[in-house]
Amino acid sequence: MSGPRTPNRWLSKTAVNGSLLLAVVYMLFPLVWLLTAATKDAGGLLAGNAFSFEGFDLGGNLTRLAEYNDGIYFHWYLNSLLYAGVGALACSFVSVAAGYAFHVYDFKGKEKLFGLVLLGVLVPTTALALPMYLLASEVGVVNTYWAVLIPVLVNPFGVYLSRVFCAGYIPDEALEAARIDGAGELRVFWSIGLRMVMPGFVTVFLFQFTAVWNNFFLPLVMLSDQKLYPLSLGLYAWNSNAHAEPDYYPLVVTGSLLAVVPLVVAFVSLQRHWKAGLTAGSVK
Amino acid sequence: MKARTRAATILLTPFFLLFTAVMVVPIGYAVWLSLFTEKQSGLGFGGTETVFTGLDNYTAALGDRAFREGFGVLLGYCLFYIPLLLAGALGLALLLDSALARARRFFQLALFLPHAVPGIIAALIWVYLYTPQLSPVVQAMEAGGIGFDFFSPEGALPSIINIALWEWLGYNMVIFYAALQAIDRSVLEAATVDGAGAWRIAFSVKIPLVKASLAMVGLFTVIGSLQLFTEPLILNKGTGSAVTSTWTPNMYAYTAAFDRNDYGLAAAASVLLALTAALLSFAVTRLTGRRKAGTAGTARRERTA
Repeated sequence: MSGPRTPNRWLSKTAVNGSLLLAVVYMLFPLVWLLTAATKDAGGLLAGNAFSFEGFDLGGNLTRLAEYNDGIYFHWYLNSLLYAGVGALACSFVSVAAGYAFHVYDFKGKEKLFGLVLLGVLVPTTALALPMYLLASEVGVVNTYWAVLIPVLVNPFGVYLSRVFCAGYIPDEALEAARIDGAGELRVFWSIGLRMVMPGFVTVFLFQFTAVWNNFFLPLVMLSDQKLYPLSLGLYAWNSNAHAEPDYYPLVVTGSLLAVVPLVVAFVSLQRHWKAGLTAGSVK
Repeated sequence: MKARTRAATILLTPFFLLFTAVMVVPIGYAVWLSLFTEKQSGLGFGGTETVFTGLDNYTAALGDRAFREGFGVLLGYCLFYIPLLLAGALGLALLLDSALARARRFFQLALFLPHAVPGIIAALIWVYLYTPQLSPVVQAMEAGGIGFDFFSPEGALPSIINIALWEWLGYNMVIFYAALQAIDRSVLEAATVDGAGAWRIAFSVKIPLVKASLAMVGLFTVIGSLQLFTEPLILNKGTGSAVTSTWTPNMYAYTAAFDRNDYGLAAAASVLLALTAALLSFAVTRLTGRRKAGTAGTARRERTA
């Protein structure tokens, strides 16, 4: 590591990686704070020394979280898993089926119909929450699981992604071969198309799971029964109480930490899939 | 051919049924609702009746200072947030794409991770980090002589922009990075041979080649920004708070519906917000001159025809 050019290069390298590292510190600092803050009792938390071990009481926080209000927190946790798991699974099926049809079949007005899907991507969904609430109350599904589950089955961007993935993963020859073997069209979709586009399916599922897990506005509008709340709404309700009752602070913080864990695990273990999704979205 | 038409119909029907139920019908219903007002009937007993009032709800919303101020807040938010987000995400992507960057996988994952945090929890964490008694950040800033009140009227917008940047910088950085990686390497080599330095290549070759991604991210960011709700809701701590309960148009619509039970007004506010989104999307698409529709599909059809 000598010669006239190296100091300059070394300097640039330090600058580039140093800047990236700085950005990482900014991104991870709040998460590290959440992790340490979740180990503190109310006194330790309010004392503000998040990075000391003063008032360490992680066990106590977890016990209180599990016991508070008959374990409502883990009830919310299961609700979130239900909304996000079932919702995203069904949504991925619906999206991939439509994306597959757009890729494989030709029919009149196809691109117009696909244009409608793309328009749907641009709709500000929160503007629909209120009319959806009023419609749901007329049908009588307000304040039920359906009120949150049905709207999350639709993701126009998922259809777009699915079409791109089908174009990338399913060679026409494979479908042709299956047809020659005498398989019907739906059979071809089910046992050849769907199987081949599975990585894309997982990507659509991951993004929709994240979207539903993070969903706040829709449940806020639709649900009034605490037993139906997802985590986001439950934590919001607790936080509103915390202004008057500081005892809620450790519940909110520890609850937030546990609520973040599944997605962090998913993103760390499924890196290939979210990168694929963002790549397909970016390179048109 | 009939079998194929049947299969296409079967595969497309679930999506379009649901699409109609949760997007098309609510849009239509919102427009319909916005034309009516609930009025106390006669002597005040016998409940309310719904009366057709034409565009009254729209004039009421537009005539309400709180609603107009909400759009002002949104404008200020967009003017700072969108350039910061685009420049920040693109800058980080260029750094990561440069030949000098190390540990690319780690950086990508670490920068993306905030996307795993629900918006409501991101806002909760940052509000704690803004609270002087709780926060090591505020304490460190005060010790360094740059004390800042994140909850003051001047602090509200920066506080919220920071939360939004934290949530979306890494996500969009990954999109830009993917686009940069897709650039044909021979183009970059040719530029190097021609004697262009790293800065020159970044500005004259790389950025022009990822314009389409910039336009797309810009478009989605505009639409997302218009719906600003969760973060300011957490910063709204009741009376005397710098962030009021009608701080953004979306908050205004929510308050109109659920605090004042004025669904007509709320619907009108929602429709106006959606119209703004449509207009801005149109403007952004026009401005960047991008073609929509699946290019892959069109190419395919030409081949099979």
